[in-house]
Amino acid sequence: MLLEARKVTKRFGGVVALSDLDLQVEEQTIHSIIGPNGAGKTTFFNCVTGFLVPDEGEILLDSQPITGLRPDQIARLGIARTYQTIRLFRFLTVLDNVLIGLHPHVHYGILDAVIRSRRYHRSERAAAREARELLRYLGLAGKEFVVANNLSYGDQRRLEIARALALRPRLLLLDEPTAGMNPYETGQMITLIRRLRDERGMTILLIEHDMKVVMNISDLVTVLDFGEKIAEGKPAEVQANPLVIEAYLGRGAASGLGTIAAQAPRDESMPNASS
Amino acid sequence: MRRALTFGLIGSIVAWHLSLVGLVAAFAERWLIGQSLTFSYVVLLALILLVGYLTARRVSDWTGLAGAALAGLVVGLALWILALIVTEVNLRDAFVAASPSLAQILTFDRGVSVPSLAILLLIGAATGLIGGGIAWIPATGRRIVIGALSVTVLVGLLRDVLGPVLPPFLMRFLFSPGGGLSLPGAVIVLGLAIAIPVMRSGLRMQRVRQKGVLPARVLRRRRLALRALGVVFFVSFPLWAKLFLSNVADFVGLYILMGLGLNLVLGFAGLLDLGYVAFFAIGAYSMAVLTSPELGAFTLGFWTALPIAVAITVFSGILIGLPVLRMRGDYLAIATLGFGEIVRLLVLSDWLKPHLGGAQGVTRIARPVLGPFVIDRPQEYYYLILIGCGLGWFLSVRLRDSRIGRAWMAIREDEDVAQAMGINRVTAKLLAFATGASMGGLSGALFASLVNSVIPQSFSLLVSINVVALLVLGGIGSLPGVLVGALALVGLPELLREFQEYRLLVYGAVLIAMMIFRPAGLWPEETRVRELEEAAEEARETARTGVVAASQDGV
Repeated sequence: MLLEARKVTKRFGGVVALSDLDLQVEEQTIHSIIGPNGAGKTTFFNCVTGFLVPDEGEILLDSQPITGLRPDQIARLGIARTYQTIRLFRFLTVLDNVLIGLHPHVHYGILDAVIRSRRYHRSERAAAREARELLRYLGLAGKEFVVANNLSYGDQRRLEIARALALRPRLLLLDEPTAGMNPYETGQMITLIRRLRDERGMTILLIEHDMKVVMNISDLVTVLDFGEKIAEGKPAEVQANPLVIEAYLGRGAASGLGTIAAQAPRDESMPNASS
Repeated sequence: MRRALTFGLIGSIVAWHLSLVGLVAAFAERWLIGQSLTFSYVVLLALILLVGYLTARRVSDWTGLAGAALAGLVVGLALWILALIVTEVNLRDAFVAASPSLAQILTFDRGVSVPSLAILLLIGAATGLIGGGIAWIPATGRRIVIGALSVTVLVGLLRDVLGPVLPPFLMRFLFSPGGGLSLPGAVIVLGLAIAIPVMRSGLRMQRVRQKGVLPARVLRRRRLALRALGVVFFVSFPLWAKLFLSNVADFVGLYILMGLGLNLVLGFAGLLDLGYVAFFAIGAYSMAVLTSPELGAFTLGFWTALPIAVAITVFSGILIGLPVLRMRGDYLAIATLGFGEIVRLLVLSDWLKPHLGGAQGVTRIARPVLGPFVIDRPQEYYYLILIGCGLGWFLSVRLRDSRIGRAWMAIREDEDVAQAMGINRVTAKLLAFATGASMGGLSGALFASLVNSVIPQSFSLLVSINVVALLVLGGIGSLPGVLVGALALVGLPELLREFQEYRLLVYGAVLIAMMIFRPAGLWPEETRVRELEEAAEEARETARTGVVAASQDGV
């Protein structure tokens, strides 16, 4: 068990964004969280990464509690994330973006930086090498000195993942990585996520609206609705669950429309402002 | 037609404003070219040129030029009407500057009469027409023409400054005895100001046509040469500059040092600190308290007091930083603004008078002693300040190109994401505050010793605003920008005494113009871009030689 959430509750005023949520993420799996807009998926991500502190319950990484730690401490423990709306350092170069991700792994002090000691040169060279290797892995080689803002949309998404990988995380949280992508780019992203698990032994927690993607790559799917877990299981099991269909299509729809459930939520694959 | 009238009216309002606040009358004292053209006429002509340019811009046929002339005509008419009003009605209760002498200036000493009206209308229309013509010149040419005109005006204005520096025969030739440039001098300056950029752009075109981009090696060599030239210039400066210029250079240097410090905080880490004067004040007062026998607490020497003063400032930087670091953007600005004022009020207060001197301040601050020499002339202080600036520059570069600088930039771009990348925002921001404060403190300590006294009035909000403004002017985050900004914002007004009174008016106008025309600053951060281009070029070159070597191996 890499990540475990125990009875996590988060309220915003009177709104219960997460209610008694239990979630377990196994090592080296792709675990998807789905659910209608406002189901609390991104809130859960924010709780895991430390940007929000749950009102109740706790979150454990490798059986160690991480609730209440600062976001940068959690990042150093090995949790990296991407954002629903791309949040790159837009006016810095591609290489600098990745180098910033490597920040916790570049070790030298202020004095080393000022006198440019051997330690500085060694660390900087190693960091640059690692950053370039990551960019190559994600197919961004040759774009090191492009300003991030000038990358194409798909490249920006990939750069965000490269930056997250630079943290050398054990758990990677991807918030709608295929939002706004065309089918070709989506296909590439699916391949990439699989490779991250298979080649790099990464554990991936994924929020995704595109059901084709979810059904295609998930080892396990958790369905949230109004902050509660309403179903969990293998993609096929979840797909057939009447509660899930109801959550997506409304009460009454569950009776006869089960077969189109897989396609229907695709309406939500538009990049939405909130969820 | 309507467009022309609108711009003409706007221009008229501006012209009235400039005249009524006294700018025109004040600038009339300054002869620019011989005894024929004063600076106030240049300002008004420039205004009409601008009006004409704006009218004719984006209108591609002859109506544009006609409109420009019409707009200029309107401004000319407005000026004549103003002269008429000023002579007929006594407005001096409301506008001190609305004196008969203003009317004299506006009507070229001809009184409010038909001939003066005709002259004003003619000049207005002609200048508007020229302004419209400028809009027709292609962009590069326009830049050269405008640049050349400004340079000529600047040289004319700086006569008294250049006087002691240039060799006498050149002075006699370029400048007329009564004041301002001589006619041949003006022609030559203008000619040079046009010819040099034209030749340069011509050369560049030629080179690009020959072999594309310059190879990295040439660029590096050229940059090295430029650097050496810069060092020679800065080191030799006091030798040929006279007392007045050295004094100005000292002040510019102190501002550069402060600018470098604030640039770390605002330019790199993106923290808008509007109370930066606090660090300047703390540095200055530390120096004063530690060395002045007047207060009697300590009587250390300059060199012992200097590191202590800087250390105190760093400590206070952390102290001020701690409570405000959770704030963002506007809130941070307001909070730091408060701190700046608190420091000023503390040193002004009667409560701390026995320790800090109160409203009278502290005098008899120690001078630096080097062996048998006492440094006490501005020319000598210049070197101290130069070393300080060099140190600040060096620190800035080294920190910028390290993980620390990257962490700052990450926070500047997106604080949340920076945190998610494992950057501890508290330590990163405190480090920025502390390093920035150290430079402000150093600047303050040097200032206190240079002027030999500190008074609370020297540490007003205006200093903070000046430092922020010079950063904005030069280009936030850019180190050469700090230099350019300080020269333009602190150096020029010192040199052009007429500006002193209208400093804030000019500041406002310049800043607005900057936001519109050069939002990135006069010298934006592009060295980094150039370095990156060079790196890419080098990579390409090694790749090419690698291929060549490989193919030769094959043979």
